[in-house]
Amino acid sequence: MAKPGLDGHDRGARIIARAYRDAGFEVVYSGLHQTPEEIVQAAIQEDVDMIGLSSLAGAHMYLFPRVVEFLKEKGADDIVVCGGGIFPEEDIPKLKEVGIKEVFTPGTPLTEIVKWVVDNVEPRS
Amino acid sequence: MFKKVSLEKIVEHRQQWRRVFQKSISIIPERLKRFSTVSDRPIQNLYTPLDIQDLDYTNDIGFPGLYPFTRGVQPSMYRGRLWTMRMFAGLGSARDTNKRFHFLVNEGQTGLSTAFDMPTLMGYDTESPKARGECGRCGVAIDTLKDMEMLFEGLPIDKITTSMTINPPAAVLWAMYIVMAEKWGISRRVIGGTIQNDMLKEFIAQKTFMCPPKPSMRLIADTIEFGTKEVPQWNPVSISGYHIREAGSTAVQELAFTLADGIAYVEALLERGLDVDSFAPRLSFFFNSHLDFFEEICKFRAARRMWAKIMRERFKAKDPRSLWLRFHTQTAGCSLTAQQPYNNVVRTALEALAAVLGGTQSLHTNSLDEVLALPSEEAATIALRTQQIIAEESGVAHTIDPLGGSYLVERLTKEMEEEAFEYIKKIDDMGGMVAAIENNYPQMEIADAAYKYQIQIDNGEKTVVGVNKYITEEVLPVEILQIEAELEKQQIEWTDQIKNSRDNSKVKETLEKVGEAAQGDENLMPFIIDSVKEYATEQEICDVFRDVFGVYQDPGTY
Repeated sequence: MAKPGLDGHDRGARIIARAYRDAGFEVVYSGLHQTPEEIVQAAIQEDVDMIGLSSLAGAHMYLFPRVVEFLKEKGADDIVVCGGGIFPEEDIPKLKEVGIKEVFTPGTPLTEIVKWVVDNVEPRS
Repeated sequence: MFKKVSLEKIVEHRQQWRRVFQKSISIIPERLKRFSTVSDRPIQNLYTPLDIQDLDYTNDIGFPGLYPFTRGVQPSMYRGRLWTMRMFAGLGSARDTNKRFHFLVNEGQTGLSTAFDMPTLMGYDTESPKARGECGRCGVAIDTLKDMEMLFEGLPIDKITTSMTINPPAAVLWAMYIVMAEKWGISRRVIGGTIQNDMLKEFIAQKTFMCPPKPSMRLIADTIEFGTKEVPQWNPVSISGYHIREAGSTAVQELAFTLADGIAYVEALLERGLDVDSFAPRLSFFFNSHLDFFEEICKFRAARRMWAKIMRERFKAKDPRSLWLRFHTQTAGCSLTAQQPYNNVVRTALEALAAVLGGTQSLHTNSLDEVLALPSEEAATIALRTQQIIAEESGVAHTIDPLGGSYLVERLTKEMEEEAFEYIKKIDDMGGMVAAIENNYPQMEIADAAYKYQIQIDNGEKTVVGVNKYITEEVLPVEILQIEAELEKQQIEWTDQIKNSRDNSKVKETLEKVGEAAQGDENLMPFIIDSVKEYATEQEICDVFRDVFGVYQDPGTY
C-alpha cells in the first residue's frame, strides 16, 4: 500500500491496509510523501505481488503512470498495480490504459476490494 | 436544576410512560436494535429533566458572553452580527484564485479563506522534483511574494479578514501577507485574519509536515508571540479538530485532541515566560460539523465550556477574552458522497445548521462536487447560498442558543465534556500532547475509530444514502473543474523570472540570517519577513528550516 506525492489523506490507505491484513495478507505500508521511484524501490525490496496506490489530491495522472513506468524500467512489471481515491470519471479509462489494473472509487466496500485481489492477483514466481 | 418534589413527580410519570412505551413497542418493535450517533454513542429513547438533574443552570449552562460560555461567547450572538461566511477557495494560479475570491465576495461572502496546493502546503516551490504533477491541483500555487500580491489584488484586506490554511510554512506565508499589506499602505496592526499554524494536528491527522514536533512547536510559539505584539488583530493559530475528524475520529476524540493541542500551545508559551492573558485571547479554533446533528451541536457547546474551565482553572487566565473559544467550522468533507452528488447539498445544509446552532463564529460550507474535484463556481454558489438561507430565511439566528435547555442537548453536552476530559487526563499522564504524538497514541485511536466506522458502513449498521442503501445506477451528472497541466510549466517560468530579477546577494544574506536565528533562540518572524521582502521563495526559506531542524518522517503505522 503506497501514498505517492505530497498528498496527506491517508485515512483510506490505512483502512485498506488493515482490511488486507485482517484478510490474512502480508501488508507493507509506505507511509506518506513517497516519490514513484521510492515506491517501486520498496516494492522490489519487499518482493510484493501487488502495489495499491492511493491518491486524493488530484496528481494521480502524473504519479500513477510513473510507478508503472519505473516498474517496467526495473523489469518488475509483473507486479500488479491498482489505485484508489478520488478521480474524475474520464481519468479512469486513461489510468487503465497506462497499466493500472483496477481503480477503486469512494464507496467501494472493503470486502469487494479484498475479493478483487484474491480473484485477480497471482503470487509472483 | 429542578425541585425535589417535581423530580419525584417526573419519576412517577416516567414509570407510567415506560409501561405504555413497552406496550407500544410490543406491537411495533423499534426500527433498530441499537440507536447510536455517527460516532457510535448510544442514544436513549427519551431525555427528561431526570437526565440533567445534576446540572446547575448558572454554573454549567449560564448566559451567553458569560462564564462558562456554554451558550455562546458573545452576549448577543447572531442578533448583533452573523457568523462570517468564509468559503475556502484556491485553484490553479494566484490569478485564477483571485478571480474566484472576487466572485465569492460579489456573491455575498464576508471573509476570505485560502486553499493552497500541496507543494505550497509542504514548503516546496513548484519547480521542486517533489512537487511534480501537483501544481495548483488542490489549491493555489504560491512561490513568492509576487504570487501573494496577485492573489489578493483588488480585495479590501483592510476591511475583510483572511484565513490561510497553511501549517509547516505558516510563518513564511504570513510574512508574505504582512509585507504585501504594508506595501499597499495597510499597517500590520490593522490587518485581520487567521493562519492555521497548528502542527500538532498535522502529526495527528492532516499529515502535512516538515520538521519534527519540537522545532515545529518553536516555530508556532514564535509566530504567536510575534502576533500578539505586532499583528494584534490576527489569530496566529487555529487549533483544529477538523482534520482529526476527517481522518476518522469520533466527535469526542475531535473535541479532546483539539483541546489537548490547545493546552500544549499554551504551555509552550508559558514556558517562554509570557503572561497567559497576553496571548490567550488570540488563540482560535476550528471544528468539523459532521452529520449527526445533535452530537455536533453538543460538541461545540462542550468545547466552549471546557476551554473556559481549562483557561480559568488550569492556566489562571483573568481576561474574559482568554476564556473564549472562538471557532470556525467547516462542514464534513468526509460525509459527502461521490454517488448521487446532489444529495451533498442536503448533507451540507444539515451540517451548517448544526454549526450555527452550536454557535460558530465563521463557517465554510462544502460544495456538492468537492468529493470529485475542486468546486466549480456554480457549486460554490449553492454552498454559500445555503448559509445565506440559514442566516436570513430560517429564523434560527433570531434567538441565542435556541437548543439550550433541551434535555437531550444538555445531557449530551455534559457526557461529551466528561469523556473528553478523560482523554485529556490520559494525554497529560503521557507527558502532554507532544509526547502522546511521539507515542503514536492519538494517531492510532483515530485509526481504530475510522476502521470501525468503515466496517459499520460495509455491514449496513450505518446508512450512507446512495452508497450502501437507496443505490441507483447513474452517470455522474455534475461538471467538474479541471486544472490544466500547462500551469506547472508557466508557474516554474514565472518564478524563474522573479529569481532572475531580484537581488540574489540580498536574498542569500537574509536567508543566512534566518538560519542563524533558527540555530539560536531569537524570534524568527522578523528575519522571515526580511527574506520575503527580497523575494526569497517559500522553499528557500523552508529549506533553511529543514537544514537546521531536520525533517519529520511519517511513521507509516496503520
